[in-house]
Amino acid sequence: MTGFRQALWGALLLMAGGAVLAADALGVAQKQPVNLTAIAMFLVFVVATMGITYWAASRTKSTSDFYTAGGGITGFQNGLAIAGDYMSAATLLGLSAMTFAKGLDGFIYAIGFFVGWPVILFLMAERLRNLGKFTFADIASYRLEQSTIRTFAAFGSLTVVCFYLIVQMVGAGQLIKLLFGLEYSTAVIVVGVLMVIYVTFGGMIATTWVQIIKACLMLFGGTVLLIMSMSQFGFSLETLAQKAVEVHANGLGIMGPGSLMADPVTAVSLSLGLVFGTAGLPHIMMRFFTVPNAKEARKSVFVASGCIGYFFLVVCTLGLAAIVIVGTNPEFYEGGNLAGKLLGGGNMPVMHLSKAVGGNLFLGFMSAVAFATILAVVSGLALAGASAIAHDIYARVIRKGSATDVEEMRVTRFATVALGVVAVLLGILFEKQNVAFLVGLTFGIAASTNFPVLILSMYWKGLTTRGALLGGLIGLVSAVTFVVLSNAVWVVVLGNAAAIFPYEQPALFSMPLAFFFTWFFSVTDRSARARIDKAGFEDQYVRSQTGIGAAAASAH
Amino acid sequence: MSSDIYKKVRANPRFTELERKRSRFAMLLSAMVLVTYYALMMIVAFAPDVLRVPIVEGGTLTVGVPVGAFIIIGSWLLTGWFVQRSNGEFDDMKNEIIAEAYK
Repeated sequence: MTGFRQALWGALLLMAGGAVLAADALGVAQKQPVNLTAIAMFLVFVVATMGITYWAASRTKSTSDFYTAGGGITGFQNGLAIAGDYMSAATLLGLSAMTFAKGLDGFIYAIGFFVGWPVILFLMAERLRNLGKFTFADIASYRLEQSTIRTFAAFGSLTVVCFYLIVQMVGAGQLIKLLFGLEYSTAVIVVGVLMVIYVTFGGMIATTWVQIIKACLMLFGGTVLLIMSMSQFGFSLETLAQKAVEVHANGLGIMGPGSLMADPVTAVSLSLGLVFGTAGLPHIMMRFFTVPNAKEARKSVFVASGCIGYFFLVVCTLGLAAIVIVGTNPEFYEGGNLAGKLLGGGNMPVMHLSKAVGGNLFLGFMSAVAFATILAVVSGLALAGASAIAHDIYARVIRKGSATDVEEMRVTRFATVALGVVAVLLGILFEKQNVAFLVGLTFGIAASTNFPVLILSMYWKGLTTRGALLGGLIGLVSAVTFVVLSNAVWVVVLGNAAAIFPYEQPALFSMPLAFFFTWFFSVTDRSARARIDKAGFEDQYVRSQTGIGAAAASAH
Repeated sequence: MSSDIYKKVRANPRFTELERKRSRFAMLLSAMVLVTYYALMMIVAFAPDVLRVPIVEGGTLTVGVPVGAFIIIGSWLLTGWFVQRSNGEFDDMKNEIIAEAYK
């Protein structure tokens, strides 16, 4: 039982972004020899993105430019950027590693991470675009009491941003040891500095383009790797499958569902947590405000789903190819022992595959892409965090809307630098820590604090300020409590014998609690404020459906 | 934006009709994706052997592979359908309703 649960949890960690170290129970990665090709390729990426930032800086004049690129991103571009957010380094390494180890199970798992995405978008994309201006708090507080709900939503965003930044920073540090052969602290500082430069100077324009370039590199790298690998099997999936079955320890077992899916409830609950957690991540929601209208928002969904689906199919095939190409080559195993551990840990199959079919140059390219990915994600996070501080807390709550554009812009820059410093410090502080619980917290809080308020404010007329606040708080407290009582904290961090809460992902339980209490405290709310909250729904509803009055694209 | 416009739109029976059509369509697509996915999970849990059947007699690739690929590609095609219908039919209707409200 624990074995496969660990595997599932490892997979969630992997999907979650930078925590690529997860498969080895988050052990501290072994430093590898310095890889100059990878570093050179990464420098090319940095120079190119700096050029873009320089260009973007000249176009980032107002707060609207900074937060949402002035709404001037096209649906196609935004689709690539969303896909970039989804195709993390961890997806590339983690999903292929799962197929490498488990065969079809890994593929079935990938499906779980994919299908929730279109559904969320059928229900949310359009309303997000029509109601939001700069932040998700704009939507949550649209018809509810401004200061209370906005402050609450901003703190929800900031908490998620900070936890997720730590996870990404630690992931970046471990990854760079493995792929570049550099020091952990070097990675953390490099990521922190570049992130601050992209965001403070280039705002959303630079952040989006960094993400787009990375998404293209990832799709390109994956496709080239697929072609090179498949050429060894005469481009026949059947030949590949035959060879894989011959050499894999599980034999024919890898072509059917196996141990990983023995407990589908756990699998489904993890996938639910990930899907709703993702929908509640501020840096993902923010992407919907960068397009000019709902039409483009929908297009971006189509492009994003296509890229993500394609990428998942490619990555799972790569995992299968790695069974044959990497799994039979002693060069990639510690001490040349095929039954032993993979060099660099269980997440490395696709990297070894790159080296096996494309040589050192291609390995360098893929390593650089993997690292660029983390950079792109942290930039989005920093921007989301800076918007929560500058737009929600400073401009709306503290200054009550009296701050000028110039003042607000100044605060966004200070906020970004501050977030950069905090991220680097926490990254270094957490180097030797087990960050597994932070992933649980990030997704748990996003799914049970941000998501319920967001979806109910858009869909349910009866939502009141009191209900949103108390329900959200209960979601927050229960998510934190479940994570503390789970294996990741109760046993691993606190050293108790057995976990009180048997699952790793709290969302399946904390989400219903949040929804129930939001409902309960709303329907029992008889205050005058509640009447205003409900009365505001009709106008909000029409706007969410028609886009009348929605924030328009600024002229460029 | 004045609240009057919102009230006018809301009062238009065609708006109600649009909303009914649109939400029914979104629900239908969501249900198609979710039912397929959970059906797969049920098969994995209770009848895994179904997915272990080779596609061709004596072959290695099993039914599980194309089924999985079908779910991923199929749900993507559904988003395509969603975008096409929303950006065409529904948006046209919406624009007419808005134009009527501003008259």
